[in-house]
Amino acid sequence: MAALPEADFRTKLQDWLPKLVLAPSVAVTLFFVYGFILFTVVLSFTSSKMLPSWDFVGFSNYVRLFSLPHWHVALKNIAIFATLYIVICTAIGLMLAIFLDQKIRGEGVLRPIYLYPMALSFIVTGTAWKWFLDPGIGLENVMHQWGWESFSFTWIKSNTMAIYTIVLAAVWQSSGFVMAMFLAGLRGIDNEVLKAAQIDGASNWQLYRRIVIPLLRPAFLSAFVILAHLAIKSYDLVIALTGGGPGRATEMPATFMYSYTFTRKEMGVGASSAVIMLMTIAAIMVPYLYSELKEKKE
Amino acid sequence: MRKMTKGFASALALTAGLSSAAMAEDVEVLHWWTAGGEAAALNVLKEDLAKQGIGWIDMPVAGGGGEAAMTALSARVTAGDAPTAVQMLGFDITDWAEQGVLGNLDAVAGPEGWDQVIPEALQAFSKHDGHWIAAPVNVHSTNWVWISKAALDKTGLAAPTNWEELIAVLDKMQENGITPLAHGGQPWQDATIFDSLVLAQGSDFYKAAFIDLDPEALGGEKMAAAFDQLLKLRTYVDSNFSGRDWNLASAMVINGEAGMQIMGDWAKGEFLKAGQKPGEGFICIRFPGTQGAVTFNADQFAMFNVKGEEKVKAQLAMASAIESPAFQSAFNVVKGSVPARTDVPDTDFDDCGKKGIKDLAEANTNGTLYGSMAHGYGAPAAVKNATFDVITAAFNGEYSDGATAAAALKDAVAAAQ
Repeated sequence: MAALPEADFRTKLQDWLPKLVLAPSVAVTLFFVYGFILFTVVLSFTSSKMLPSWDFVGFSNYVRLFSLPHWHVALKNIAIFATLYIVICTAIGLMLAIFLDQKIRGEGVLRPIYLYPMALSFIVTGTAWKWFLDPGIGLENVMHQWGWESFSFTWIKSNTMAIYTIVLAAVWQSSGFVMAMFLAGLRGIDNEVLKAAQIDGASNWQLYRRIVIPLLRPAFLSAFVILAHLAIKSYDLVIALTGGGPGRATEMPATFMYSYTFTRKEMGVGASSAVIMLMTIAAIMVPYLYSELKEKKE
Repeated sequence: MRKMTKGFASALALTAGLSSAAMAEDVEVLHWWTAGGEAAALNVLKEDLAKQGIGWIDMPVAGGGGEAAMTALSARVTAGDAPTAVQMLGFDITDWAEQGVLGNLDAVAGPEGWDQVIPEALQAFSKHDGHWIAAPVNVHSTNWVWISKAALDKTGLAAPTNWEELIAVLDKMQENGITPLAHGGQPWQDATIFDSLVLAQGSDFYKAAFIDLDPEALGGEKMAAAFDQLLKLRTYVDSNFSGRDWNLASAMVINGEAGMQIMGDWAKGEFLKAGQKPGEGFICIRFPGTQGAVTFNADQFAMFNVKGEEKVKAQLAMASAIESPAFQSAFNVVKGSVPARTDVPDTDFDDCGKKGIKDLAEANTNGTLYGSMAHGYGAPAAVKNATFDVITAAFNGEYSDGATAAAALKDAVAAAQ
């Protein structure tokens, strides 16, 4: 009998402990993530210049934002960059994963080779590719020294092509990581299913097309979510690789947001561009996550 | 346990003692002079203050134009913990003054007669509502051309004094097989060249367009002509110019790969470091057509509101030390700029420095001393960057001719105001 109240206390504690332990991180996340998102949204409706102000001006920051040619350049660039980056990374990642999954010898050596670029920060990747692509010191110069005088590769110095050099560097950095995700997905597929299909006489192509790739759906989801947010927040790579140039040719929404908020002292416009970025990513991710997760439940 | 508490308490007491001792008479200085020569120049000031028993808490935030420093400053001021003094440029000072967070230096500026010796165009930024808020350290002027003596001699021509002669020299240099114009394709460098081109269209025109932001001047014929000249100069740079840092462009002139560079007088430091001498290795001239006028960029220490009598005293002592002619001379000889006071003797300066001091005094008396648009002394940050957008786009070939670029400039400036 005497043990009962103690047990009561224990059960209570067990009930409360998880909540108690999680409370600080929930509070911190609420404040520092959602609180600041809210703060940014509020700022986007004010006339804030150098420092935040509370003088509300309605939608005029958004009107000004969309009248800026500079912002349109940023939008066009992110569309090119995000599409190519996500598609190419997924394609290369899937291909590498399937090839590595053929029970080849030396997988243990090859896998980290493909994965290691991810261990570098985008700043390092950007700087290395900047040197590599620079016509004066990089690839073009080397080709000229080797005697191929007519070789020309000046994308990074060209207004129209510079954005593709960013795609190139970013794909190099992230494909290995996508490969690792697909590889994990491939390893998770039940061998029985594959054997059954082979017994039914499915060709290798059919096997992948009809069974393996559909079963990789969760891996596609993770890859998409991670690549999409990396693309939207791409800042460091652009700064290191092209600095937004030549001219303003490789400006992205993230670099736009930083320069308007902090160096051009138009915090209101910067905040409204941040809100647009948030809404864009929400518009892509929310329906996708919703449909994917809902199907799983059913 | 008791021992630990005791140890902790004494450590706490020690820190408290240290910080209170440090707070007695110290100045905390936020700046971006971290490069060798600049840091050495700043040391002169540090030692001056140490002699008066004033300590120096250094808060360097590296990064060329001070953009990172300004971001750090916003955070400090928002947190209610402003440094004593902050290195600042042009309209940044005005912006902070309008926030009402800057201190008042009248107590030293009045008795020391700053009003008489500091150029009026500078005072427009160092004073707010008639009160001194910042102590100018130096004056850089931006309308300089740095020419390799060897490359110029090879052309057989004299140093250019107008646009036609400049083009003749550039053409000849191209024939001689070198890159005529060393340039780095970064927006502020493009804008630095453009400052000179606009100034060459007439000093009144520069004032109308870049100081008064008159729409008619911004979109007018003279602006179109300046843009056309910019497009012409574009044809003299090498194909690998974009994104190059200014000091690498200077190095091209020093190595003889390129003929000349259009850049502010901080470029002189690069030539001197490479062991060249003015008049022997390189020649400094005002941008052709701008002799007699000066576009300036001045580093200043803006003084923030500090609490406590001792702290204010230390702040005023620092301001006074900055404006002492001895410091002005010692600092600027090292830095490559010219003193912010017009009464400092030029004996310690080299030929280019002497010319800079003379030109500055002359422009000051003639009223042809203007703030540089490219360096934040022409217009507030939003407008400055709007002009950068158009100038850079023009330099990278987005407009077919000068007239379209001028029209775009007019629209961009109107939208940014």
